[in-house]
Amino acid sequence: MNILTLWFHKLGSPPTFYRIAGWLMPWCYGLALVTGVAGLYGGLVQAPADYQQGDAYRIIFIHVPSAWMGLFGYFFMAANAFVALVWRIKLSEVLAMASAPAGASFTFITLVTGSLWGKPMWGTWWTWDARLTSELVLLFLYLGVIGLYHAIEDRRQAARAAGFLALVGVVNVPIVHFSVNWWNTLHQGSTVRLFGPSSIVPSMLWPLLLMAIATHLWFFGTVLARTRTGLLEVDGGKDWVRRIVLADDAGPSAPAASERSHV
Amino acid sequence: MTAASTWSACAALVRRDLILVWRRRGDALNPVLFALMVIALFPLALGPEPEVLRRIAAGVVFVALLIAGLLALDTLFRSDYEDGSLEQLVLSPHPLSLLLACKIGVHWLTTALPLIIVAPLLGELLHLPAEVRWVLVGALLLATPLLSLIGAVCVALTVGMHRSGMLLALLVLPLYVPILIFGAGACNAAALALPHAAPLLWLAAALVVALVVAPLACAAALRISLS
Repeated sequence: MNILTLWFHKLGSPPTFYRIAGWLMPWCYGLALVTGVAGLYGGLVQAPADYQQGDAYRIIFIHVPSAWMGLFGYFFMAANAFVALVWRIKLSEVLAMASAPAGASFTFITLVTGSLWGKPMWGTWWTWDARLTSELVLLFLYLGVIGLYHAIEDRRQAARAAGFLALVGVVNVPIVHFSVNWWNTLHQGSTVRLFGPSSIVPSMLWPLLLMAIATHLWFFGTVLARTRTGLLEVDGGKDWVRRIVLADDAGPSAPAASERSHV
Repeated sequence: MTAASTWSACAALVRRDLILVWRRRGDALNPVLFALMVIALFPLALGPEPEVLRRIAAGVVFVALLIAGLLALDTLFRSDYEDGSLEQLVLSPHPLSLLLACKIGVHWLTTALPLIIVAPLLGELLHLPAEVRWVLVGALLLATPLLSLIGAVCVALTVGMHRSGMLLALLVLPLYVPILIFGAGACNAAALALPHAAPLLWLAAALVVALVVAPLACAAALRISLS
């Protein structure tokens, strides 16, 4: 086995992932804070006001990256659920279930910021528009996965059942998007495109992209933290968990003590 | 014991489920009564003006039938799980997805079909325009099997749980959103004398896909929750 596949296989083992995640997590959080502060400074202070919406548009620097993360989180969860169900990898089960609350929070933030923006702009907190509705359905899909996961006693069976539901939901997401678009639409189209020119000025674009990087990093930071505690829970009786707990009990100055603060 | 063919196994399963329903035929009317009562609540809440009721009639009938179907979903595997015959079904040498498709089919026949039959009557209670009536029945004929098929996947995931009702609603309703949009959309288009074939065709297309995929997914989900 060459060194890369060996490393990849090792990464799938809970103790190794626990260690690597513990090392990566502060970096994710730290870089997320740095890019987030820079992005917010660029977005809230440096970027010019919109010619039509004035300063109210500035909520997009939180709203749009959160919306991207809500969808990204769902696909990340579904991809992990797929790996977990097909190859029965324990780590993927934990990763999928760790990303559900993080993605749900981003979806919730999207809905809240959107309605805060909607009040001055559209004159209403909520309207039954296609994008709002599909975002709401996405939140319900998340809540269904989380609810099912917590309703089943056995952790591994719960993760597999909830992962299966996530896979069913991922088929549903584009269908919901398409059907509500057909039903009713008011929301403006996208201004940032991966392919072709974006219809947003560069001074507004770079803070937005920085914020997107920050939200990704924050997402991975929380997913890693949740995965670590999830692994401790799933592997509760194993030797490596016992060692960590014993080292933790030995003294509050032990390195494991700071790791537990993220529970 | 002779090795039975898959076909005869399916036939035996259908026969058994139909007999079980027939022996408790009073229960089979419950979804209909429930839908009738939900429909009766709307005029009480919104006032009896025919023009108000006429506008919302198709949507209300659709939602009432959807919720009645949701409540009936729980009975799909409940008794079979409790007496252990569901596990025998999983262990049988025949394809589980096919057997489950039979079960879902019988369940649809005994819970959804009575609802569709009374749907024109329910519509009449809300002054549903005559030209919408048959569009509503057509949309329901396409939509309710979809609801049963998608619902069955979620029921299979929650099969071992006590009191799974609220959770089941949380799992199922987001998946029902597109079906409701197209089904009620067709009725609303018909009420405005607009072309309404497109949403019905979309429902039909979704039904064809679900007929193939949902029993397989249901079998996979059942294996997870019985493991």
